[in-house]
Order: sequence, then C-alpha cells, then structure tokens
Amino acid sequence: MAGSGKAHLRNSEEIILRVEDLTMEFPAGGKKFVRAVSGISFDIERGETLAIVGESGCGKSTLGKAILQLPKPTSGSVNFQGQELTTLNKDALRDIRPAMQMIFQDPVSSLDPRLSVAKIVDEPLKIWDRGDEMWRSNKVDELLNAVGLDPALVRDRRSYEFSGGQCQRISIARSLALEPLLLICDEPVSALDVSVQAQILNLLQDMKERYGLTLIFISHDLAVVKAVSTRIMVMYLGKVCEISAPDELYSRPRHHYTHALVSSVPIPDPNVAARRTTLEGEPPSPMDPPSGCRFRTRCPGATDLCAQEEPQLHEVSAGHYVACHWPRP
Amino acid sequence: MSNLPPMLSLRDFSVSFDTARGPLYAVRNVDIDVADGESLGIVGESGSGKTVLSRGAMGLLPKRVAHRSGTVVYDDHDLSQAPRKELREYWGTGMAMIFQDPMTALNPVRKIGSQLTEGLRIRLQMSKTDAAARGIELLNRVRIPDPAAVMEKYPFQLSGGMRQRVMIAIALACRPRLLFADEPTTALDVTVQAQVMQLLSELRHEMGMSMVIVTHDLGVVAGHTDRIAVMYAGEVVEIAPTKQLFANMQMPYTEALMKSIPRLDTPSGQRLPVISGRLPDPTQPETGCSFASRCPYVTDKCRAEAPPLVEVSPGHSYRCWFPIGGSR
Repeated sequence: MAGSGKAHLRNSEEIILRVEDLTMEFPAGGKKFVRAVSGISFDIERGETLAIVGESGCGKSTLGKAILQLPKPTSGSVNFQGQELTTLNKDALRDIRPAMQMIFQDPVSSLDPRLSVAKIVDEPLKIWDRGDEMWRSNKVDELLNAVGLDPALVRDRRSYEFSGGQCQRISIARSLALEPLLLICDEPVSALDVSVQAQILNLLQDMKERYGLTLIFISHDLAVVKAVSTRIMVMYLGKVCEISAPDELYSRPRHHYTHALVSSVPIPDPNVAARRTTLEGEPPSPMDPPSGCRFRTRCPGATDLCAQEEPQLHEVSAGHYVACHWPRP
Repeated sequence: MSNLPPMLSLRDFSVSFDTARGPLYAVRNVDIDVADGESLGIVGESGSGKTVLSRGAMGLLPKRVAHRSGTVVYDDHDLSQAPRKELREYWGTGMAMIFQDPMTALNPVRKIGSQLTEGLRIRLQMSKTDAAARGIELLNRVRIPDPAAVMEKYPFQLSGGMRQRVMIAIALACRPRLLFADEPTTALDVTVQAQVMQLLSELRHEMGMSMVIVTHDLGVVAGHTDRIAVMYAGEVVEIAPTKQLFANMQMPYTEALMKSIPRLDTPSGQRLPVISGRLPDPTQPETGCSFASRCPYVTDKCRAEAPPLVEVSPGHSYRCWFPIGGSR
C-alpha cells in the first residue's frame, strides 16, 4: 500500500493548498534516517475539510507540521494559494503564517498557564500589531463569544482553571484571531471525553462556516472524522493508502488497511461488539520500512507482487483512489 | 446474579476530599457488588467519580486528604477501616489495578523486567531467577514479541500499546482475583484499543478473574462487560446487565452519553448530539437530581427532590423521576 502517485490531484481554480512528493526525514543516529513522511501528494479545495487518518507513528502529525514548514520538509513542494512555501525565505514565510494556523492535541499544555485567557487570545493580535488596544480587546471578546465562552467570566482566569474541553475552546479562539484561511487541527478531540468531543466537533463546523475556513483534520479515529470531513486520506507509515469522500470510504473501504481501521471502531451495541479485529501487531519501524507496499507485513491479502512493487494510487470509482495491488471488492 | 457472596461489595460508599473551598464530594453513597468472575463496567464523564470510586475501593487514596465512609467488603473481609499494612496483603494477589496512562504509571528510570518482577519478589517471595522466568512468561501472555529483550528495556523504548501491555502484565503478575482497569485504552489508537480490550477479555476468561473496567466511552465496554454502572456527579445513576442497559435504558443521562458517541453509521456532515452544560460543582451538593441542570426532560420536581435508586427489573436500577421507558 502505501503508495505514491498523483492520480488523485485535481486541476481546479479552487485549490488552496497543493502538496507534492513531500518527504520528511529525521536523522536517527549513525547513517540512519527516520522517514516519517515519504513522497506524499494531496490537494485541498477552498472550504473543504480534509481528514488525515492513521495510527500513531504513521506521520500524520509530521505532515501537518511540514505543511507549515515546522520544520522545512526534506524535499517536495508545498504550494499555498499559488505560493511555493518551501523556497520562501524567513521573512516571507513569516508574512504568510497568519493565514495558516494550527490547533494542538493537548489543549491544556498548549496554553501558557501564566497568562490570562484574554492575554492568550490577544497574543497573536499583539505580535502582529493589529488595531489599537480597544479594538483588540473587542476582538478578543468577539472570539471568546464565538467559541461559546462568556468573556466577562473567563477573560481574567488562567487556563488551569478550565476543563479540557474549555481549554480546547480557548485554543480555537486563539487560532482564529488572525483570521486564517487554513486551520490544521492535530487530534483536537482525542484528549477529551466522548461527551465533550461532540461539542468541539460541532464548534469546529460552526467556525468553519462562520469564518470561511478550510480545515485539515488529523485523527486516529475514523468515527470522529466522519462527521466533520468532506474528504478522507488514510496514511500508513509515511505513505497514502486511500483517498475518498467519507460515506464511500466507510461503506466500501477498498484498501485492506482502511478496512481494518473501520472494523476496529468500537460499536456501542453489546450484540455486535464481540467482533474480532483483523489487524495484528504494530506497524514496522519507519527507519527500515518493508519493500514494495509498506502494509504488506500486516496485510491479509499480501502476495509476492506486494513485496516487489510499490502500488500507485489509482482511481477505483469517481473520486475514490486507492494504492493497492489487490484492492478489496 | 448468583447466590454466592460477591467478591467485592461496596455499601453506602462515599469519598470526599478536603479542598480550599470546603469538602468535595467525589463519590456519594454508592452500593455496588462485583460477583466472582464477573466483568463490570463503570462509565461516566471526567469528574463523575469513577476513578476515585475504584481507587477508593482498593484503598489507594491518600488518607490525609481523602475521607472514606461506608463499607468495603472484599472476600468476606471488611477493609473499610483496615490499616495500610493490612491492605497491602490484598494488593497484587487479591486486587490489582491497571492505571490509565502507561507513560506516567511506569517508572522511567527502571527496566521493564525490574518493574514487572517487583510484585513477584515481594508479594510471592520468588527468587530472582524464578521471577525473571515468570516475567518473560507474562510478557508472552500479553503478546509482546521477543519478551526476553523487552525485560531489559526502559519504558521510553516501547510504543504506547506495548507499554499498556506491560502495565497489564504487571497487574496480572501475582494472579489477582479482581482486576481494576482504569481507562485501559484511552491513551491508545483505535486499532490498539481493540487489541487490548480483546486481550483483557481473553485473560479474564483464562484466569477466571473478576474485572472492573472504568471508562468514559460506552462503546468500549459494550462487548466486554456483563453489567454496566453509569456514574454521574459521584452517584450511580443507572446500573443494569449490559444487554438490558443498551436495549432498555431508563436514565436520560445514559441516553445522552450513548447519543454522543461518534458512530460510523451516522451520515457525514451532520451535527452531533451533545450534552449541553457541565457537571455540577462537587463542593456544592444539589438539592434535586444531580443531572437536572443538563437534562432535556427536566421538571420542577427534578430540581426540588433527588430521585431514589429504584429497580425496574432484576438487577436494573436507575435514579430518575421520569424514566425514558415510563410515561412522561
């Protein structure tokens, strides 16, 4: 699986971000390298929500950060609104950063415990010298209101006085302060209770509509991304397995890995929940990935061909691409 | 349930903590039994008191700040007032716990082998070589590849799923009769979560253990428990055999928890149902039903008077004036 190829890239005026052959390597001592992301290509249209799904260590967070040039990718291209980010110098990159913001996984540790909520949300505005103090203060109130917090009650409190869900709301308010076009959400709800997850997912949807955002939503849980995404990209060990619209992907996963992911989502029904999972073991080390298809070591349908040749992404039905020599029916 | 006396029995069990704002009531008047060989799920949101309940039952809470009342009877021994020294006799061999976060629960500067065999050496007085052999056997049992090498590793060298397996091996080392698993899969990927839950179920059957699984996700315990207790604001608000609970839930909170689980079969792009509001302040006990402020079906009676726990069918009880199944 886990193939390369660009058959799925679209040619449209509306493309806001296009990533091609993106590779991110980290030195791992000696002459070894961890290839966290190897040769990934994808694009996003304005107003879309692209979900990037995969297990821990598949490179999904690294990919999210590499788009923001944090740090600069080893090779490949990231084109944001017609501008190539990988070749920009420091100042030019800084000028473009407000348009791309990120929300992090752990809402508590991503907020400065010494700053009041008002200061946290105000910080990006202050750094970019937007408006005068009065304007900024109003803007902070507007943002807090938008994410469902009462400014009068929360402005002067510190992040440790809030629950995880509320901290995530504060983070969202902060990320929206500079009116970004693209918001990258890295596992925004995985640290939260199920009951709070739904609130944050709904809030992200509302913010997307209200501020006209384009979202990249990184998660390991297919059930969570189902509600929010317009397109889903499944990753395994630094490569793309499958790209499709959500309903099609869930009802008919073509890649064996996607199928395993879908079937490991717990079903809240004691009569069907005793189902056995198909996926055994853990992903191999990204320092020494398997030859050919990277999923073959855990794949129930692997053959000799899978060890020899890396599958390329190809279209199996309209808008549904899969990188597998033997896709499921 | 069987006629045998339960393995663990909590009666009128409460835990409160001293805080700067006065006493915080984390667990309030809970009655729960765990039968021999049974698997019980305790489900609730963060702050519902489920972790405090399980730690309190084992006697793991710091005595200086945590006040327990009511009785805890384990295997016919009343442990409610037992001093720590006596409690230790039950830890490991009688009751054991898998802690929530496998990264912080393991000691980062000690090898897996030494942490795994500690209980065997101290509680079962095994020799070093015997304990090491047993340790390798345990790692094998929780399906860790190359267990001899893992014995010599440190926690940071293992993945999250591996660390959670090590935690399970440690908890099982002295063959406990009752295992508490506190959010055993919350820190893990969905795929690994499915593996770990399956492993726990298999080990329980193999070893004939009783198990208490504490979680915030009803979906996780649906296929792995015999009974489920739903907790809210320190109280058990509904308790029933698992199938009965899913088929015929009575308490609006259980329904709300159930609806908030993201499911694969809901169409995409739809708004998810949420439980609005938040848990009541545990330092300010409510006069009425603790769920009244968030309940979609709330009436004046709910705000004025706390509903008692009533039994609707054998083993199925709930706290609600206007249950979902009843006339509203």
